[in-house]
Amino acid sequence: MSPPDLETDVLVIGGGMAAAWAAISAAQNGAAVVLADKGFVGTSGVTATAGPGHWWVPPDPSLREAAIERRYQTSFGLADREWMARIIDVTWRTLPQLTGYYPFASGADGKTYYPGVRGPEYMRALRRYAIESGVRILDHHPTLELLAHRDGSVAGASGYARLERRAWSARAGAVVMATGGCAFRSGLIGSHNNTGDGYLMAAEAGAELSGMEFSVIYSISPAWNSTRTLPYMAARFYDADGVELDIPPTMSGLAHHRALASALMNGPVSADLVDAPPVLKEKLRHIQPASLAPFERRGVRLFEDRFEVKLFGEGTIRGVGGLRIIDDACQTTVRGLFAAGDTATREHVAGATSGGGAQNSAWALTSGLAAGAGAARLATRGGRREGDRALGVGGAGLRPGGSVGQVDERAAVEVIQGQMLAYDKALWRNRESLERSRTLLDDVWDEISAHRRAEGLDQVGARETAAQAATARWCAAAAIARDESRGMHQRVDAPQTLRDGDRRLLVGGLDQVWTRYETEPARQAPVEPAL
Amino acid sequence: MIAHIFEELCTGCNACVSACPTHVLDPGPTGTPLIARPDQCQTCFMCELYCPADAIYVGADQRGPEVIDPDSIRASSQLGRLRRDYDWAESGEAPDKLADFWRLGPLLMEGSEIAAKRYAQKQAATPAGSTARS
Repeated sequence: MSPPDLETDVLVIGGGMAAAWAAISAAQNGAAVVLADKGFVGTSGVTATAGPGHWWVPPDPSLREAAIERRYQTSFGLADREWMARIIDVTWRTLPQLTGYYPFASGADGKTYYPGVRGPEYMRALRRYAIESGVRILDHHPTLELLAHRDGSVAGASGYARLERRAWSARAGAVVMATGGCAFRSGLIGSHNNTGDGYLMAAEAGAELSGMEFSVIYSISPAWNSTRTLPYMAARFYDADGVELDIPPTMSGLAHHRALASALMNGPVSADLVDAPPVLKEKLRHIQPASLAPFERRGVRLFEDRFEVKLFGEGTIRGVGGLRIIDDACQTTVRGLFAAGDTATREHVAGATSGGGAQNSAWALTSGLAAGAGAARLATRGGRREGDRALGVGGAGLRPGGSVGQVDERAAVEVIQGQMLAYDKALWRNRESLERSRTLLDDVWDEISAHRRAEGLDQVGARETAAQAATARWCAAAAIARDESRGMHQRVDAPQTLRDGDRRLLVGGLDQVWTRYETEPARQAPVEPAL
Repeated sequence: MIAHIFEELCTGCNACVSACPTHVLDPGPTGTPLIARPDQCQTCFMCELYCPADAIYVGADQRGPEVIDPDSIRASSQLGRLRRDYDWAESGEAPDKLADFWRLGPLLMEGSEIAAKRYAQKQAATPAGSTARS
């Protein structure tokens, strides 16, 4: 291949909050850092359109212990108390560093309020902080594949600069994958770019995944546009005849989603927000302006009119699964490759349930800092190895295994969505339907990997489709292999939570997907603790 | 989905081309960007937020394109509305513009509790033996 455009110590792939924190951390640990994002750092990813609250517990040992214990109980035995303590502590110490970049205001007690931040301002702040820390940001530089040395360690990445319409490549001493999770193009707000690209690229380099069975979660929104869910918490629901539905409240979790999904499978469902808190009705515009636009521009009065709703799948975004990490620096099983945010499995702090935004944001922040520091340490110690030969390891969509031919990608994505987002298949999993999904998904994968060879800008979409197919296959395989129900993975044919099921389930492979339970910690030359 | 860029307002700065996370826009030959790939629009409204000239209108429906009447959009209060609501229209940082943001968490909880209480009352009022509809 042609010589790389760039040489750096650490390459961060992705542009949301985890990627930004990883880049900042790597730069502050002395590394030269390039961050390459598919979109624009500031608007990319699910944080930019959100308002993430971070897990926020003051440094009082008894308060922290109680918070950890409370959350551990809903992890169904899969979380790690040390990791939980760490994300609370790191988050508490880190967010105030954004003073001067983010316009922190006062809270209810008159003191500066740190834990909750508004998405566009948060991502704008992280962009500024990253640039001032010395990070070189490459917007609109989708990554297509990783580069690997002959010994299997990661050597960099290459992609396509979509505004400039040219290929790019970078050699790096270490790579942080922070491309987010995958919601299978469900329409979930902010998730269009989150197609599981990082999972696919990492798996092609030999990485393993974990917790992919924990990938079933939905959020409610108006049927015509996914928004944040704040306005709908106290909603009443009605069927097409105007009869009020008996829907358990949001906090009942699975029961709420199953009741809504059942109703939606029978016909349209409308929400009525008349019961919403009065302060919300008054203040929503100052808290989440973008939640109002889809109503005002359609002539619907949010808190007065009934409007149609649907459930938007969140896949592994608010779901848990992702790349397996094997040390405190969030290194994957591939030397030189680190994972952060939704790209990494969140089981360490969430276990088998999502836990909502607070743990998830604290995880994105902390895993970003950890991965960035670990990558910086490895790269500055091991060097960039720019003289060593490195090759692209990408397959599906780039280098077909068979004869080049036409692939109907729209149809492929529809098949994937049908298996991953359909309410009945996801919320009432059973082996028989999962096996059928697996066969259909294998066919999609086989077709893309055998025949698709994209060129130029078209490569970006081809890889997104391939990544969604790969992600769906791992989710299905893990859901079949975990022969029980646990947290968000609910099998109607195996409703019990088994006594010995509190083990993480690993999955991987491309043409042949495999699963196995984790029995002992993976061994790999350690990077020293990152923080 | 993005519906219209007002050529008479657009300064051709291409901030939206850069800010759009999903590569919907291309720089245009006359200065005004082209809506080149509307099927990639996720209706996130970020282009409006990043347009210093308030020259972009994003329609409400993410499922498909919307035919709009530019004159009535200009006459409505919606053009630039989002940027004003976010307080990004002011130069410099307005003090405490996020003064109500801390309420997000408590309001989520309050809404959830309203629903839970209502549901519990309804369950208690349901005569024994009758089946709840779900």
